[in-house]
Amino acid sequence: MQRALTLHQTTIGKKVIMALSGAILVGFTFGHFLGNLNLYRGSEALNGYAETLRALPALLWTARVVLLVAVGAHIAAAYSLWTRNRKARGSRYEHHKDLATDYAARTMYWSGPILLLYIIYHLLHLTILPAHPGDVYRNVVEGFQNPLISGVYIVGNLALGFHIFHGIYSAFQTLGINHPRFNAYRRDLAIAICAVITIGNLSFPIAVLAGLVTL
Amino acid sequence: MSERLLNLTLHVWRQNGPNDTGRFETYRAKDITTHMSFLEMLDVVNEELIEQGKTPIAFDHDCREGICGSCGFMINGVAHGPQRRTTACQVHMRQFEDGDELWVEPWRAHGFPIVKDLIVDRSAFDRIIQAGGYISIRTGSAPEANEISIPKHTADKAMDAAECIGCGACVAACPNASASLFTAAKISHLALLPQGQAERQDRARRMVAQMDAEGFGNCTNHGECEAVCPKGISLDWIARMNRELVRAAFKSDASVESSAAKGV
Repeated sequence: MQRALTLHQTTIGKKVIMALSGAILVGFTFGHFLGNLNLYRGSEALNGYAETLRALPALLWTARVVLLVAVGAHIAAAYSLWTRNRKARGSRYEHHKDLATDYAARTMYWSGPILLLYIIYHLLHLTILPAHPGDVYRNVVEGFQNPLISGVYIVGNLALGFHIFHGIYSAFQTLGINHPRFNAYRRDLAIAICAVITIGNLSFPIAVLAGLVTL
Repeated sequence: MSERLLNLTLHVWRQNGPNDTGRFETYRAKDITTHMSFLEMLDVVNEELIEQGKTPIAFDHDCREGICGSCGFMINGVAHGPQRRTTACQVHMRQFEDGDELWVEPWRAHGFPIVKDLIVDRSAFDRIIQAGGYISIRTGSAPEANEISIPKHTADKAMDAAECIGCGACVAACPNASASLFTAAKISHLALLPQGQAERQDRARRMVAQMDAEGFGNCTNHGECEAVCPKGISLDWIARMNRELVRAAFKSDASVESSAAKGV
């Protein structure tokens, strides 16, 4: 057990931390997306859903603390690995060709920080400083009617999509969850989860901008 | 395939020693037959350099038949050059066209300091092996072949991992200069075999610790290593190494550690 506590000192241990905290965050993101679908059921449904969550302060705050710890651990491990990886190359190649790296993998160090800024903005916009406290539906629809705010949400969710696509696939590798029989499906599963969350989340600002959801 | 003669422009990294800054120098490789290997082409260029009284290009090589792991450098940004599952010595000039411009660079990694020109010091790999890539329990002289029965598919799997020749292309191609593929292949190969069980957890811990201590980066699952590996070592081995390390964090080698604790 003592040894298990020193696991985080290895690079692989840090990756395990990233995979586990990432799994918590993807799980939350999926649940959050399902809750958001109440937007399509109208003002009462969405506000009622928000009310239900706030009526359970113990659950709400436990979730918030868990998420905050997960985000903190994810960023701390990523930062530590990033500084290490920058040093590991030594001198730069004059010519270097990627053979296998996809766009999502290449841009993880971009999509991550973009996501962090987006999450801070999102929390300020709808949780910490809402224009109409208590009326979630109005905050969301009025916000998304502004193309600039919708744009921020669209960019943020695209970054989320790329980040969790590579993240989900990577987590399987990092946690050693592989088997010849289902290895080929790991990428498909990552695409499926990522597509549902990203397309679903993008639909909210687009639906408001298109006038399909109104006050 | 019919023989052609090629005239090529080479931009080769020249570095006098570990402390030299290094630079690209341009050479012409004239009348190169397509039947030559890449190293034979460099031999021809070197002959000419020697005739001119210049220092030949230094590069590592030994067997020249793709099995020793000595050779290897970047050809146009790809470790071991354009042909998949092939070491630099087995890349033949028929892969190239007349008039091609080729950039030849050494592996670049903090853990692989450049010795001279295209030669890098890969003793970091030796130290990873020294940390646990062996079996130290006495197994006596060569046993009768069927004494320890190992199922065919297990033996095949262990052989897939053991195919790694330690050339270092994985480190060279990895965006993080990670030695994960090499270390994973070596840990996995012994973890699969009965002889490797006694020191299994200790091996995983020590080899990973040494890999980290050498200053290699970590695995971000891009798959560049697998793509350039001349032996086709799979990324699946990295997943297995990760599993082995996590398992080692919760489990001890009964024979090694408990007897040490009891003072036996």
